Amino acid sequence: MSEQENLGIGTDEWVAQHEKRLARRAGLLGVLDLLNQKVSPTIRYAILGIAAIAFGLFVHDFYLQRIAANLGVFLILTLGLNVVMGFAGLLDLGFVAFFGFGAYAYALTSSAQLNQHWPTYLSVPAIVIVTAFLGYLVSLPSRRLFGDYLAIVTLFFGQVFIQLIISSDSITFPGREESTDITGGSNGIPGLDPFVFFGYKFKGAGDYYWLLLVILVLLIIAIIRVDRTRVGRAWKTVREDSLASQAMGIKVNNLKMLAFIVGAAIAGLAGTIFAGIQNSVFINGFDMPLLTLIYAAVILGGSGSIPGSILGAFVMSVLPEILRVQNYSEMLFLSVLILTIAALGKSWKKFAFNISLVLLVGLFIKVLTSALNIATTPAATWAIAPVSKVLQHWLFIPQNRLLWGNVAFVLLISLIAYYSIAKEKIKLYLLPLIAYVAIFVWEDRLVIEPNTTRQLIIGMLLVVLMIVRPQGFLGKTRVEVL
Amino acid sequence: MSYLGQQLVNGLTLGGVYALIALGYSLVYGVLQILNFAHGDVYMIGAFLGYFVELALGGPTKSIVPVPIMLFLMFAISMIGTGLLGIVIERFAYRPLRGSSRIAPLISALGVSILLQNAAQLIFSANIRSYDTSSFIPSTAGFSIGDVTIDSVRITILILAFGLMFALSRWINKTQVGRAMRAIAIDRDAAVMMGIDIDKVIRWTFFVGAALAAAAGVMNGLLLRGVSSGMGFVPGLKGFTAAVIGGIGSIPGAMAGGLLLGVVESLTQGYLSTNFSDFYTFILLIAVMLLRPNGLFGKKAIVKA
Repeated sequence: MSEQENLGIGTDEWVAQHEKRLARRAGLLGVLDLLNQKVSPTIRYAILGIAAIAFGLFVHDFYLQRIAANLGVFLILTLGLNVVMGFAGLLDLGFVAFFGFGAYAYALTSSAQLNQHWPTYLSVPAIVIVTAFLGYLVSLPSRRLFGDYLAIVTLFFGQVFIQLIISSDSITFPGREESTDITGGSNGIPGLDPFVFFGYKFKGAGDYYWLLLVILVLLIIAIIRVDRTRVGRAWKTVREDSLASQAMGIKVNNLKMLAFIVGAAIAGLAGTIFAGIQNSVFINGFDMPLLTLIYAAVILGGSGSIPGSILGAFVMSVLPEILRVQNYSEMLFLSVLILTIAALGKSWKKFAFNISLVLLVGLFIKVLTSALNIATTPAATWAIAPVSKVLQHWLFIPQNRLLWGNVAFVLLISLIAYYSIAKEKIKLYLLPLIAYVAIFVWEDRLVIEPNTTRQLIIGMLLVVLMIVRPQGFLGKTRVEVL
Repeated sequence: MSYLGQQLVNGLTLGGVYALIALGYSLVYGVLQILNFAHGDVYMIGAFLGYFVELALGGPTKSIVPVPIMLFLMFAISMIGTGLLGIVIERFAYRPLRGSSRIAPLISALGVSILLQNAAQLIFSANIRSYDTSSFIPSTAGFSIGDVTIDSVRITILILAFGLMFALSRWINKTQVGRAMRAIAIDRDAAVMMGIDIDKVIRWTFFVGAALAAAAGVMNGLLLRGVSSGMGFVPGLKGFTAAVIGGIGSIPGAMAGGLLLGVVESLTQGYLSTNFSDFYTFILLIAVMLLRPNGLFGKKAIVKA
């Protein structure tokens, strides 16, 4: 078997085959799995690259270009965190602070705020170096400490960063009367200079897109290369067992610090570009929600896996955009729901049974409520998008949407929790019920508040993923010795 | 002098709240060696429950029961309700992960934290609710020692916080569950071999930890009034820091760490700068990490893993 020869560090034969055993699945998911296995990594990267170039050449829609540029920045961040957490296994919860630092540093060196207008080829490399140095400083007190302590120091660092930025709008320097506004406080810094390379002034997200593409290609190649060097291998051994690797003569502390610094530098680079695209910086963008989004992306794709990070970044960055449009979000929701039922049912027969039960339950409730003359919310107010226009003939929406939606939401969470411990026999009937309540809650509450919904989905995803598939979609199963 | 005294009283009140949160982190860490990132949001739920109990009893101005009974009910119901939530969280988010990799429970906790925060925002809306304490406990009530006045809200909080901490130490030292908890913290495998029901002890740990956080949440509501879905993050972080400063896993450490953090924060706010108080707390954390990496009360950890 050729797979056995290139087993990586941290995997053993049984585990590697375990993945394969899992792969042979029946039903709808089995088909998808088979499709996935037929394509080799090189071809995948090539397809991705061609798609990216084609997008840059043919798409001129401003909104789409903006989304693509944001995705690019997010990809850099995800790849950077993948080095820190995926390769070296460090729980760096101050990662976004470095991103924010890079953005603010660019803003301060390229705006009227401090009246500094540095050339891009000077400011960006300088900022990356300074951010790396900041990473070094933060890693100093935590260098001898493992996991949990690093987490608290970095988490607090992120909090301090936010407070410093917000409060640095009126600093009184010794020897001067009036206070100086450095960061603009919560108002942020508007009106930044765009990037200028060799006399070419960047005009919009489309220009940054090409820059990001070049950086991403270089970054991905660099990370893949580093992964195969002594340092890359050493990072993984430290991640798996730092005591054993220390015994092998690996300088654990230095390697941890190196990973931390590399991560900080990459985040700083992403920050400068982000500031360039945005034309302005605000502190709002650099706090917990973004951090959880990046973590979710790395973990979803598979911590330590580069294709995994890319996949995770796509999902986490495109998902919110889709959720913003009601029609797309409904379609996405329904397809995910159907896929979940398929995955849990494991066979076509059960799948058909579950789906028809959902339809019957809905129809029954609809007929019952209209026979009893229970007041509904007029369909015209909620069935706006094509999908919900179809749903309105089947779904019962009571008059007080807000209240019943909230009640159903609590019910939904409880049902899902109960499902995880229920017996197989009950599960079969519970699943259609959950699906119905989910659709009900979606149309009642979730579709109205896309931001909260997105966060809820991410939270749920993280918990479920950790229980069902802790290695993420494309990650490798690891055996951890505790 | 009176200013210093006032700041110390404020610091101890704040510190009592932090200490209660820190205890939840330390208890869970002692038994399971995981960091319960969702603890700050459990605290938020506690504050909300207290608020709804207040509302159910007629609201701050038209309460149907006398004020002491209302306060008692607010604390009791919120603590029991939130404690049960703690058990539920453990059952569904942590127990399936027992024995998996070290990072998995952390990520799961992060997920629970996001889930709780956004569920609260969805159900309770993003508006900031107010306990409106001054309507039922006049801010002028209280007594003074010399120039220092302690208002009755602060007295209630101080007495309750120290009372709860005392009760907790008695519970851990005297009861069977407390003894089992200490045994598990020392050596889990040996404890299981001695016939200790580990699931039961873990349930108790989460119940007590969440209940203490709920008490802290209600206290914070009484003290600062505002309650909102995002309120858990910063106190959670501070409680976490307090637990680390005191030595994570150590009960007296969490109490001392919380009080120290509260006093330091209050003094820096009073004498140095309101805007940069977190920065000084951060410096305190770094200093403790450098000088005593295992915290003030922590035992020297044997590093393996």
